[in-house]
Amino acid sequence: MSFLSQGSDWDFELLARYDEAIADIAHNKYGLDTYPNQIEVISSEQMMDAYSSVGMPVGYNHWSFGKQFVEVEGRYRRGQMGLAYEIVINSDPCIAYLMEENSIAMQALVIAHASYGHNSFFKNNYLFKTWTDASSIIDYLVFARNYIAECEMRHGVTAVEETLDSCHALMNYGVDRYKRPSPISAVEEKRRQREREESLQKQVSELWRTFPQLQPATQLREENDTFPAEPQENLLYFLEKNAPLLKPWQREIIRIVRKMAQYFYPQRQTKVMNEGWACLWHYTLLNDLYDRGQVTDGFMLEFLQNHSQVIYQPPFTAPFYGGMNPYALGFNMFQDIRRICETPDDEDREWFPEIAGSNWVETVKFAMESFKDESFIQQFLSPRLIRYFKFFQIDDDDRNDYVEVAAIHNEQGYRKVRDALAEQYNLSIQEPNIQIVRANVHGDRALTLRHQRSSGRPLDDDSAREVLRHLHRLWKFDVHLESVENGSVVSHYSMPPEPAPTVSS
Amino acid sequence: MSYIIDRRLNDKRKSTVNRQRFLRRYRKHIREAVNDAVNRRSIQDMEQGERINIPRKDLSEPIFHHGPGGQRSIVHPGNKEFHQGDRILRPEGGGGQGAGDGQASDQGEGDDAFAFEIDKQEFLNFLFEDLELPNLVKRHLEGAQTFQTKHGGIVSQGMPAKINIVRSMRQASMRRRALTAATRRRIRDFKAEREELLQQDQSPQRQARLQELDEQIAKLERRLDRIPFLDTVDLRFNHHVKVPVPVSRAVMFCIMDVSGSMNQDMKDLAKRFFLLLYLFLQRNYEKIEVVFIRHHTSAKEVDEEEFFYSRETGGTIVSSALKLTRDIINERYPVAEWNIYAAQASDGDNWNDDSPACAKLIEEELLPKLQYFSYVEVMPRAHQALWDHYQNIMEKHPAAFSMAQIDEPGEIYPVFRHLFKKRMEDA
Repeated sequence: MSFLSQGSDWDFELLARYDEAIADIAHNKYGLDTYPNQIEVISSEQMMDAYSSVGMPVGYNHWSFGKQFVEVEGRYRRGQMGLAYEIVINSDPCIAYLMEENSIAMQALVIAHASYGHNSFFKNNYLFKTWTDASSIIDYLVFARNYIAECEMRHGVTAVEETLDSCHALMNYGVDRYKRPSPISAVEEKRRQREREESLQKQVSELWRTFPQLQPATQLREENDTFPAEPQENLLYFLEKNAPLLKPWQREIIRIVRKMAQYFYPQRQTKVMNEGWACLWHYTLLNDLYDRGQVTDGFMLEFLQNHSQVIYQPPFTAPFYGGMNPYALGFNMFQDIRRICETPDDEDREWFPEIAGSNWVETVKFAMESFKDESFIQQFLSPRLIRYFKFFQIDDDDRNDYVEVAAIHNEQGYRKVRDALAEQYNLSIQEPNIQIVRANVHGDRALTLRHQRSSGRPLDDDSAREVLRHLHRLWKFDVHLESVENGSVVSHYSMPPEPAPTVSS
Repeated sequence: MSYIIDRRLNDKRKSTVNRQRFLRRYRKHIREAVNDAVNRRSIQDMEQGERINIPRKDLSEPIFHHGPGGQRSIVHPGNKEFHQGDRILRPEGGGGQGAGDGQASDQGEGDDAFAFEIDKQEFLNFLFEDLELPNLVKRHLEGAQTFQTKHGGIVSQGMPAKINIVRSMRQASMRRRALTAATRRRIRDFKAEREELLQQDQSPQRQARLQELDEQIAKLERRLDRIPFLDTVDLRFNHHVKVPVPVSRAVMFCIMDVSGSMNQDMKDLAKRFFLLLYLFLQRNYEKIEVVFIRHHTSAKEVDEEEFFYSRETGGTIVSSALKLTRDIINERYPVAEWNIYAAQASDGDNWNDDSPACAKLIEEELLPKLQYFSYVEVMPRAHQALWDHYQNIMEKHPAAFSMAQIDEPGEIYPVFRHLFKKRMEDA
């Protein structure tokens, strides 16, 4: 075969040729299953726009996106940061943005990484399959944008902004972790919206009906009867359905933010896997191109330089160390799975008897489809990789004035390190466990939340108070948050703040 | 098969609205920064963008997250010297660091300010937000100022781009009917006659007559065909006329005292005040004239350059400037056509008997002609005669006269805002 191109310039015809060559390998040789691709070439300004709207091609207007834009723009102009080479969107067709400044080698890297790597991940990972609906997301975003713009016209920018602020503060608590959401569809949303506005309000009014003496039957509910019957983890859902004084449009906005949170939830749980998978495939696909003699040595050198920058893991002593690089961990883990399949040694056979020596393409696909970061690390992090990264585990207990090295990369430490690292990617441990336990429907309408402490880790006081303020704005009656450890309340926050207890002499 | 799309020509400014929302939300911070900048900047670079710093805590979008404390395990890469069981003294104040990726964002690098730039336009917008010239009313029709293009009816001459199709077709239709009416009537008559002949028994004469009728009908129909469907005389064109629009014309008299009693600092204060005024007028009022007058014992009309940068000085007779103002108004700015404004800056130090004269001049000769007169006194000391006399005027004419005192650079902008803030409509 002959080179697809010499030199570093690109044009649209060349992009198409590269895409075709990469697609040929990805589909025919490795059998990657992808959505159709839509590759869009944009300028750096447009990339900054895309950045600040969290990568969504259409977003509603909100100051926080403006803040992000202003920050990115400033840092980019001062040369403090480069822009990402690509942004890819979990939609069908899968939209990937390429920046016009990139050379052809970079464009090919991005096409392989985003349009075949991320794309196949979006289509096949179980979390994405369960929680997101790629074919309807763009329509839904357009619906959300229009609806919020309409609300701004009808109710004023400030009122909408305040509602959105409050929803954003609770966004991480707007997902159903265990229940599969119903698929979203813009047409359906619009059709049902009116209906819902009315019925929701009715339902809420029913809940808050306060004419017991007129209707003796309703008094059957005992005073100590708790509502909700079970603790609610999806705070936004609970507010949407039950907050007493919200206007119908405010409930709709909560719903929109909730749907967005749900859409992004799988991405937050699969950062390592998603990036690792995409890196594995850009590396594999471009090397195949090279083996087929379709790209030059210069192309490969440029590609490899960028690739090694992306997957570099600085040690904890480096001044710019900022925790684990998900690209590095993910890429090395998938490469390691391939190694275990192709050339297993005795250690691998002992640790991974079921995959050692199996077909590597099938095995990495299985890993990609069936896990999230936490379980993926728990399942596939090998002793060899722990040695490669020289991982060590630090136990930090605030009851001691020292921290302890609990495990290092040796025989006794492998499992401990692996458990601890997996835990680090467990969202339900990294995020405080907060649930709604009681809404006082008979009395003062106060809402009580419970924070279940684990390992004695407290809430950050300032931010907890701030978030409570937002919660109060939506609920509109007193809101309490108890931080509970071993069954007893350790600290307590209220909004509006309760007067300090009077000290009796 | 992939689609490759060039989006580079699409709108680049998708974030504009979000950016504006952001600026709107932090207007208070930006106002403060703009205010500081005005006081800090030299006269030459007043018109520039500005770097705004906002404390990060004011910008934060709070979420629930863990605070420092408790027990946790963290895995780091790059071990060189540690063994299992090693104990390390916790670094001072670093107890709660590095809780993992989940919350890295809110424990950022510790920059305590969020910095960004606003450009010159935005700077001036914030600078002059909610300000206006009070009492701007008189509207005047003037020849070559502004025009509005209005629909001026239908005409029969014009250029092809302005053809009014409906009217042209209607015209053609009328012409066709008028020109063919007689012919069509004759055809109708012939046809009726022919019908009648066909009903009767045939004879050679009748045959001949029928033949003749057919020929006549054919001939007339050919004549009908020759009438054009659309003729040049049918064409009608839209007509547009330019109508002059009344504009508010305004003139601002900037009257600055440059007498010897004004020291360098005071002159600088006065100049800064006028510079702000000048920028404001230039920016917000397209059609405004500015007359610069500087005075010591005698007053002189000067240009912008000399007004702001000349160093000439002398004694003080304030009324000289007011007289000159009056003369210029009489000469060049008919009261019926112009909104006339005056802003005066002085240290209040005046020749002994001149202050009553000034007050009289303003009250009797200037105020009836002026929309608004503002006076700033740049002097950190006690007020002098001029201030007291002016105060009387202000009490009598609160809508048209205002005054304020500036002691230090920091007060210029607030005073300026005070003098020119938007008022509620009087009427």
